[in-house]
Amino acid sequence: MLGKLTLDAFIHGPIETGAQVIVVLAALGIIGLLTYFKLWKWLYKNWLTTVDHKKIGIMYIILAAVMLARGAMDAFMMRAQQAIAVGGNPGYLDPAHYSQIFTAHGVIMIFFVAMPFMFGLLNLMVPLQIGTRDVAFPFLNSMSFWLTVVGAMLINASLVIGEFAGTGWLAYPPLSELQFSPGVGVDYYIWALQIAGVGTLVSGINFLVTILKMRAPGMKLMYIPIFTWTALASMVLVIFAFPILTVTLGLLGLDRIFGMHFFTTDLGGSAMMYINLIWAWGHPEVYILMLPAFGIFSEIVPVFAQKRLFGYVSMVVATALIMVFSFVVWVHHFFTMGAGANVNAFFGIMTMVIAIPTGVKVFNWLFTMFRGRIIFKTPMLWFMGFITTFVLGGMTGVLMSVPGIDFQLHNSLFLVAHFHNMIIGGVLFGFFAGLVYWFPKIFGYTLNEKVGKWAFWCWLVGFLLAFIPLYALGLMGATRRVNVVEPQFHPLFIVAAIGACVIAVAVFLQVLQVVVSFVQRKKNLDTTGDPWNGRTLEWATSSPPPMYNFAHIPQVMGRDAFWLMKNSSAAIPTEGALRAARLSLTPSLGHSSFTDIHLPKNTPMGLIIAVCAGLFGFGMVWHIWWLALLGAVASILFVFIRAFDEDIEYTLTASEVAKIEHA
Amino acid sequence: MDWLSNFVLLLPKGAIAAAELGLMYQATFFMLIVAVPVLAITFFFAWHYRASNTKAAYTPDWEHSKLEELIWWAIPLEIVLIVGALTWTSTHELDPRRPLDSALGKPLVVQVVALDSKWLFIYPEQKIATVNYVAIPAGKPVQFEVTADAPMNSFWIPALGGQIYAMTGMVNELHLIATNPGKFDGKSANYSGDGFAKMKFIAEAKTQEDFDAWVRSTRALTSELSQPEYVRLKEADTPEPLMYGEVDQYLFNDIVMKFMDSTEMNGRQHE
Repeated sequence: MLGKLTLDAFIHGPIETGAQVIVVLAALGIIGLLTYFKLWKWLYKNWLTTVDHKKIGIMYIILAAVMLARGAMDAFMMRAQQAIAVGGNPGYLDPAHYSQIFTAHGVIMIFFVAMPFMFGLLNLMVPLQIGTRDVAFPFLNSMSFWLTVVGAMLINASLVIGEFAGTGWLAYPPLSELQFSPGVGVDYYIWALQIAGVGTLVSGINFLVTILKMRAPGMKLMYIPIFTWTALASMVLVIFAFPILTVTLGLLGLDRIFGMHFFTTDLGGSAMMYINLIWAWGHPEVYILMLPAFGIFSEIVPVFAQKRLFGYVSMVVATALIMVFSFVVWVHHFFTMGAGANVNAFFGIMTMVIAIPTGVKVFNWLFTMFRGRIIFKTPMLWFMGFITTFVLGGMTGVLMSVPGIDFQLHNSLFLVAHFHNMIIGGVLFGFFAGLVYWFPKIFGYTLNEKVGKWAFWCWLVGFLLAFIPLYALGLMGATRRVNVVEPQFHPLFIVAAIGACVIAVAVFLQVLQVVVSFVQRKKNLDTTGDPWNGRTLEWATSSPPPMYNFAHIPQVMGRDAFWLMKNSSAAIPTEGALRAARLSLTPSLGHSSFTDIHLPKNTPMGLIIAVCAGLFGFGMVWHIWWLALLGAVASILFVFIRAFDEDIEYTLTASEVAKIEHA
Repeated sequence: MDWLSNFVLLLPKGAIAAAELGLMYQATFFMLIVAVPVLAITFFFAWHYRASNTKAAYTPDWEHSKLEELIWWAIPLEIVLIVGALTWTSTHELDPRRPLDSALGKPLVVQVVALDSKWLFIYPEQKIATVNYVAIPAGKPVQFEVTADAPMNSFWIPALGGQIYAMTGMVNELHLIATNPGKFDGKSANYSGDGFAKMKFIAEAKTQEDFDAWVRSTRALTSELSQPEYVRLKEADTPEPLMYGEVDQYLFNDIVMKFMDSTEMNGRQHE
């Protein structure tokens, strides 16, 4: 009846039990609070069933923040273990538990922090930047989000019920095969990623169609803001790369469930095929995250340097080149697998070629600053932090793209330092910059600058303290994923642990920043809708935008569409002037001539389908076949029901729009 | 400072490690040619064009210059051309399966098997085997033939040179050489399960005389690595080095070939 699920699945050692208790208490706490404050109805009406891209964006970012807390906890546990497990002391984590922690850390940080954070920002800003009222498929957007949540919940469920994979975040076979990992950990991994992966793929299609088909009139391709360009490139990568992941994990699942032999050691299975396939997805994945971060900086630098972006066409070409090249470099993740010199050299050189468009981007940002008037608000600080760390990470990356060098650095802590350098210094700093920059647009008030600057400095210093020692440890020949530390490595691990503590302070300050800003929101209200003297269309509507984004769909006349509307005077326009500009976005229409607006209706279908998918996933993990079948059939059934639902829109009348606009 | 001697990658003890380090220095040098000016310009621009410096030039609408953009594309292209050429030649020179200079003599063949939480070394010509310890003659090329009877590992002696994956059912080659006698740490670089942290071994380079003496004394041992002993060893927890004075001559081949068929340990049929 319950497959492999027995009472044993709930019984763990003391540390895991602590985690179990925390997860259960957190869940009960949230349910309790919602019940106590009678918020269930509000939650259901405004959030669970919403198809508004802005609200979905906010929920994506909340998911990323919650999972960041979980992933960071894993990181601190690793740092603590490596700080004490030296000289015969086994530390407090045995190898089996330690391996689950580093696996969970990697999986969570990439799939359930970085990805939701990116989709959150895309949801919030892409429709606004291209001057449209929603994404192309609002319901699918909701479904994608809830599928991602369900994936994240499956991973957290593994803390309470059973175990998680102890294979490393890419679950290389044969270690991840039944022969060596007989538990349910790898199954949690497979099904959490499969379910979230469907959400990601659907989102990719959704945003691609949105950007290509829903732009405001007049917005030619070469007028699209750079952030949206990078989002477009990133979505193309999603569409081409995620099916590879789905197939790869699907084959691994077939091996584990039906005893097939795609990647097993015997009967012709080849682990090398898995490693190739997973990186054929894995390397584009890096750029799926990286490109939007580049896009955010391309928005921020011109605004805070008060100058047009230098080299727009170069930026677009560079983005496109990175997009294409990211598919022909995957072998650089395993030069040491034994491919011939020609193959290794080709992929090494292709990897370096990506440094060319990336270098061009850096130069273009620099020459946007050149002869500008740079205002050092927090987003600009994040940019400066990014460029400094990114140059370092780029150099170590090119180093490792030379096979002869990689033989010595591969799988060492040097590699770990390098990709954290790119993901933290590049992706995360970029997303943080974007969050601070767009926060007033989303919530209607700016974030506290002072606490924000402290948070930035703690992040920068913490990052350097935590990861420069890892570069050094790599040069000492220290490998990754070891739960006990050799004595000569110990001092640097202590420094890294201190760095992790500084990062913890930085995260705390970021939370504090949001709290302080919320308390002081009356003081920092963004009444103009344009707090930074922005250039692109998201600033052309009020903060926060109404549910329909734009009362009149703007007419785009060129790049920096909103800047052109403001007539590019250097002074910050007054509130009255802005409102007038907003209302005259469609010059032919007068002030009073609002029209009816059709909007998508809220629907619980996305949530329902995702929950059914979650039941399917849980059933597959524990071999509870009736549950898996029920979940699969139900989710497909609900997709059909939704597909035949014709009543999916409502009309906001012109007078209602006028009421909102003049409020 | 003595602690600095722990930076084994920067203090190579063999020709391959030295070549790989030299390559690292070269590539770093070429990249610094761009990176240093970029960082300097970044901070100079940030400081000079700060909003409060109203004396600095300000051209809010300047957004394009063919010449300058051409330069941006050209600078990284040049560097990549140089480092790319370096990559092409060095990748061929440092191909792990390329034999070292034959002037140094015929290489010593050492067969390496990654097992669960331990490394097995078989000397086919000397007919001896060791666990978690490998002795080699200094100044003489060594040809490691690397396979696995466990999840994938990576065979790595940082002081002597870069690593190669150890995988079931196939043999990867790695040619290394130690310049002088000495003891070096060896390890697995690829996570392979709960016993991963134990996958450490000592690689000891000895003078040719010492090496020959060591082979003779090991040969004198009565322990034999037969098929049954291998099956026992595979499951055993052996943190300490072990020596075998005799080894089944088909064992390595059997370990590699057994994954080619569905039944265990029938590799001998393929002889």
